Order: sequence, then structure tokens, then C-alpha cells
Amino acid sequence: MDALDIFASAGLWAAVLRIATPLIFGTLGALICERAGVLNLGIEGIMTFGAMIGWMTVYQGGDLWLGLLAAALGGAAFGLLHALLTVTLGLSQHVTGLGITLFASSLTYFIFRLSVPVSGTPPTIVPFQVIHIPVLSDLPFLGEAVFAQTAPTYLAVALAIVIAWGLARTPLGLAVRIVGENPHAAEAQGIDPIRLRIGAVVFGSALMGMGGAFLTLAAFNSFFPTMVQGRGWVCIALVVFASWRPERALLGALLFALFDAYQLRLQHIVGKAVPYQLFLMIPYLMSIVALLVMARRARVPQALMQPFRRGER
Amino acid sequence: MSEPVLRLEGITKRFGTLTANDDVTLELRQGELLALLGENGAGKTTLMNILFGHYTPDAGRVVAFGHELPPGKPRAAIEARIGMVHQHFALAANLTVIENVIAGTERLFSFGLDKSSARAKLKELSARFGLAVDPDARVGDLSVGERQRVEILKSLYRDARILILDEPTAVLTHQEAEKLYATLRGMAEKGLSLIFISHKLHEVLAAADRVVVLRGGKVVAERRAAETSKDELAELMVGRRVARPQRDVQAPGAVLMRATSVDVMSSGTKLLSEVSFEVRAGETLGIIGVSGNGQSALGQLVSGLAKPTEGRLEMLGKEIQAPSPRSFVAAGVGRIPEDRNADGVVGDMLIWENAVLERVRGSEFSAAGFVRRTPSRAFAQTVIERFDVRGGTPDSPIRLLSGGNMQKLILGRNLATSPRILIAAQPTRGLDEGAVAAVHAEILAARRAGTAILLISEDLDEILQLADRVQAIVRGRLSPAIPIGAADPRRLGLMMAGVWDEAA
Repeated sequence: MDALDIFASAGLWAAVLRIATPLIFGTLGALICERAGVLNLGIEGIMTFGAMIGWMTVYQGGDLWLGLLAAALGGAAFGLLHALLTVTLGLSQHVTGLGITLFASSLTYFIFRLSVPVSGTPPTIVPFQVIHIPVLSDLPFLGEAVFAQTAPTYLAVALAIVIAWGLARTPLGLAVRIVGENPHAAEAQGIDPIRLRIGAVVFGSALMGMGGAFLTLAAFNSFFPTMVQGRGWVCIALVVFASWRPERALLGALLFALFDAYQLRLQHIVGKAVPYQLFLMIPYLMSIVALLVMARRARVPQALMQPFRRGER
Repeated sequence: MSEPVLRLEGITKRFGTLTANDDVTLELRQGELLALLGENGAGKTTLMNILFGHYTPDAGRVVAFGHELPPGKPRAAIEARIGMVHQHFALAANLTVIENVIAGTERLFSFGLDKSSARAKLKELSARFGLAVDPDARVGDLSVGERQRVEILKSLYRDARILILDEPTAVLTHQEAEKLYATLRGMAEKGLSLIFISHKLHEVLAAADRVVVLRGGKVVAERRAAETSKDELAELMVGRRVARPQRDVQAPGAVLMRATSVDVMSSGTKLLSEVSFEVRAGETLGIIGVSGNGQSALGQLVSGLAKPTEGRLEMLGKEIQAPSPRSFVAAGVGRIPEDRNADGVVGDMLIWENAVLERVRGSEFSAAGFVRRTPSRAFAQTVIERFDVRGGTPDSPIRLLSGGNMQKLILGRNLATSPRILIAAQPTRGLDEGAVAAVHAEILAARRAGTAILLISEDLDEILQLADRVQAIVRGRLSPAIPIGAADPRRLGLMMAGVWDEAA
């Protein structure tokens, strides 16, 4: 197989959607926080926690969907903590976010070690199975590439569309955008910027938790502490790449996943001639290049990272 | 006399030890245009923010249309049909006009924004009140005057019957301001009741029905506009008689600074275009213009921060090849920067440090790489005494000074060394009458001593009082100079709008 033939295999494209799913969840989550004016660097830790708590719920006998819900609630809880510190108290969003990441990651390992005995092979669960969409999955190529995914993948794509529509076309979406652009303008219109920001951060963080849970509940079937592997940071970059627009976030996540899926297959072709670590770098390198091209034209929410304090202007 | 639509009763608000409003009582009647007059810090904006629910008062109540408003709830004020136009516009630049207007007007958790009926309503309001603006334009692309119309439309869209405007003309040209007041009068005639905040006496006299004067947080007087005068209001506002110093006639000397067809570019945009001017010893050249028309670039050019990309800049008869702030200071250029907090002082550093900062490398204030503290402190003390800087010693942080005293210190550290050229960019922006008079007196004293002064200002009165000649700055271009004798507010207003030939 040649390096270019990889693109002709339906398996690659199926893998792209699968790899993109946690990124879509995470990027949408970070995007909603940022559109309301709050940077949430807690994402890496929140995804780790979501991956663990989702897996743990199922491991303890819970349903897979209950696991996903548990991850969303866990994410929401850390989101609430982040919001209380950065929105209510107006603390530095960078420092708080990094603190949340460290705290959530450590708490994750702690709970995991406490509940699961140390062993050579980590315990497994039965993950989400591939759903073949009737009729559509019978299409040649496209059927296998797009319409044979697990339920959370379909959910992620649907969410991207719903959030894009919601931000642009609903009163709530407009309220979120105006709070992120100028909270004083929002307040003058009778919108409470503090409540809205807290809500956005909690909801966005819930999505981050679900993104993490996809890793343990669909992509793999077990949990290990380092499994998020910087995906949270990729999501933060994807938000910039997407110019804070959900439909572009979906595209950006797919593009990054394409680089990742491609390099995995490239490793097999090139074999041992080149150290595989070189290929691991490709998606990150490509995302920096893409950022250079896209981010220069990005329209940043004007009030991003500016705490809002009532009665101050 | 009709019933009051709005009553503020015994409003008191304290910030720490400062009493911003002290037992203020105020009434507004239907169809009335009321002016709230006062100096900076008199408590005007605080009072209006309490009325609109941005602040909670420590005592007192607000009654609108017979109902008491709950304190600290902007939403309640909106529902009581009170609208507020803030001095610093509360608009989201990246959103469209219509989005800014309808945000928060519909139930948060509902589907679909009804933009088309909103658009129709907005167009109807625009036509009825003469507030033309494109509903689908991005607010960031609009002019300042248009943004203000959006602000007013926001309130009208929510059926406001009472409108509060905080210093509405602060950012407008003379013509725009006149048009705004005509619009406001029209609104009052259609039954709306309006309060506007101002410290500009001529506006208050020309536009308002009634004037309430605030001083030190208290209502000190109330007059019908027809029955008072500029002098009386000035005295009520300041608490004593204030006369702005007048310029006396003197013949200018040699040209000390000259620009010939200078362009300044920054990241691909032309900030200044074919700018030519000259300033002579003992003469003040006034540059008038609405902010954002290239004043900042001009200020940077003449203080060595920006380099001409085309044209010649000469100082003291020599062409400047490689400008830098240090070489300008060394050559005897004194500078009063436009934004005193950002470019004029370092807030957390001490007054004496700020006083010598520009020239700390000179032998007067340093030796062998060490700062000479004793002469530095002595210099700061001299400036404080000579220029009447109040509120601090050489060893207090400069941020503790009020704007006026900070400006006097900046002026003082420049004038104490008798500069050949003085660049004064918006020297009295945000200062109150007393401080304005003090700054003007010092600038006139420098002029008498033979300093060439370049005065960049948005304030017509300031230019008319201080300048010998005037040029207008419009979108990075300078008009030809006219002698001050030929200038009046109308002609300057036209020049500021870019109409040079017809104005001549």
C-alpha cells in the first residue's frame, strides 16, 4: 500500500470520525465557555475525570448511557468550581484552569487507585457498539466510512449542528454571545452576565466530561490515567482554529483526526525505518500550521478572559 | 404642571469614606428635558447608575410612574420603561445592530429569534425619531454618532418613556451634538421625558428646560434654563468664581518645529497622510478634531514614537533622521501624553520617581548608573510647590493623585526645565473646571516664555482660548491653518467634519 492509497480506504474515514468524537465534544465545550467570555483550561483534567468516572460507573454495573451521564455531571461539577472561582470571584482564568486540570487529574488517579486493585492488565467493560444506520450504511464506501459509528459519535455531530444553530438563532445563544463580547452591554439589556457565564461554563464542562468518557466507553474499554494525552489542549487550539464557530469546530476536529488517523496508518507502511514518534508529531505540527493560517483572521470574543464585576466599568 | 413621572427621594450612596451622593432628591416631569450639571466627581453618573439599578443606594428610593423600583435591578428599571444611554457605549462591536437591540428582549429559553418583526419595528422607530441606522450593520463598523443612535434605539425598542443620557456629546462633533439635541427635543415633544448629564454649560443652556446642579454629591441649585446664565451656572457648579485665563497678543518667533508632507504608516494602514504644519516660538498651534482621526499618530510623531514614512520632520532647524523619545526629550521637547495613566505616569511608582523618569539618565538625576535620590526628591518637591500639586508628597505613589493633580505634575516636570517645544495632547481631558483653569494658565505662561506649543484637543473652547492658529485633523489629514481670529465654533465644526474649502 502506498502512502496516498491510505486515503482511499473507508477504514481511514471511519477512524477519522471515531478519533474526532472526543475532540468534537471537548472543542464544543471549550467554545461555549469562551463564547461567554471564560477560558476553561480545566479541560484536560475534566476530560480525564470524565473518562474515569464514566468507566467506573459502567464497571460498577451501570448502563453505558448512565456512564456518559455520570461523566457529564462530573464535568459539570468541575465547571461549577471553575465558574465560582473565575466568574463569581473574578480570579485569573489561566491559573484557575490549570489548577482545575491538576486537581481533577489527581483526584481521578486517587479514586481509580482506591477502587480498582493494582494489576498488570487493567479491568475492562463492554463498550458502546457500532450502530449501522439502516439503508445508509449499505451505501458503498460512504456507508462504511460514515454510517457505521457508535452512538456517542452521532451524538457529537448532532450536538455541533444544534449548538451552531442555537448560538446563531436563539435568544439564549444571542445572550451568550453578547455576554462574551461585552458583559456591560448584556447587563444594560437586562441579562445577568454572571448567571449566564456560570451556566455556560457548567454546560461546556459537561460536554468536556462526555468527550473524556468517549475514550473509555467507546474508543477503548478500560481506563488508564494518561489516556487523554493532551486532547484537551488540542481542543483549546481547535477553538481558535474554528474562530469560535461551532460548525468550523466540527471541521477542525475532523481535520485533526484525519492527520492522526493518517499517521497511524503511515507508521505501518513505513515500518521501522523511521522512529514512530516522528509520526506522532504530525497531527500537532499540522495543527500549528493550520492555526497560523486561520487564527490570524479569527474574531475573538471581545470580553474573553475579562472578569465582570457588577458596578464597575 | 404635570405630575412627575420619576422621583428620586433622599438618595445617599457611599464608596468607602467617599460620599458620592448625599441625600439627593430630584423630580422629572413628563415631556421634560432635564440637565444634570456638575463637575467630575460631583456624583452625576453615580446617581444615574442608582436610578438604573447598576448600583444599590445606601438610603433613599426611586419612584417611576408611581411605583417604587427595587434597588440594584437593571431589569426592573427596563420594565419600568426607563432607558439609559451610557457615556461609554454598552454595545457589542462584533454583533449587528439588530442583535444588540434585541438581546435580552425575548424569553431566554425559547426557540428562534424573531429578527424580521424586530427589523420592522426598528425601522419604524428610526423613521419616527430621525435616528437613521442600518439594522444589519456590524456595530464595530459604525461611526460614533451612529453607535449613539443604536444606544438610543435600544431603549426606544423597549418602549422607554424615560431616557437617561450620560454625557451624550462627549464624543460627538459640534454639528453632531446639535443634531442630537434637536432629536432629543423632538423626543420630549412626543411625550418622552429625558435627563442628560453634562458639564458643558452652553449645551445645558441651549437644550434643557430645567437644570439641576450637583456639587460634591449634593443638589446645590435648580434653575429654569431660560432664567439663568453661563456665569451663574459655572459658579454654582464649581462653588466659586472661575475665570479661564485669556491669551494675550504677542508676536511669534522662529519656527521650532516643522512637518512637510509627512506620512506615517503602521502595519499597512496610513495613519497620517501628507501632514504639514509649523510651530513657532511663543506660539500655540491648535489641532482640533474628533478623537480617532489620527491624533494619537500625530502625538507619537512629534514625541519621537513614530517615524515618518514619507516627508520631512524638522526640529529646531534640523531634520530628524532617527527619531526616538530620548532624543526628543534631550532636544528640549516637553510632552503631555494623551492618555496620562497609560503613557504619562507609572501608577505604582512614587511621585519623585515619576517626576524624573524621563530624564533619569542625565547627570542631574543619576551618577555612575545609580539614581541620585536627594536631587530627584528635591526636584519633585519643587514641581509640587510651583505647580500646586495637591494630595501627595514626593514619596507617595502617583496613582493616589486625582487626574487634575497628576496632570499638573506631568505639566510641571516638563515646564520646570523650560522646554523649547511643548506637545500637549488632550491636556484637560476629563479634568474639572478648576484644574482646567490651572493647566491653561501654565500653558499660557510657557507660551509667554517663548515655548512653541502644539496643542492637540477635541475641545472647541480650549482651542479658541489657547491657540493662535488652528488646523483640523480629519482621517489622518490636516486642514490648512486658519488664524484664531477667523475661527468660530461653526467654522471649526465644519473643518472637523472635513469641509475645508466651503468653510474658508
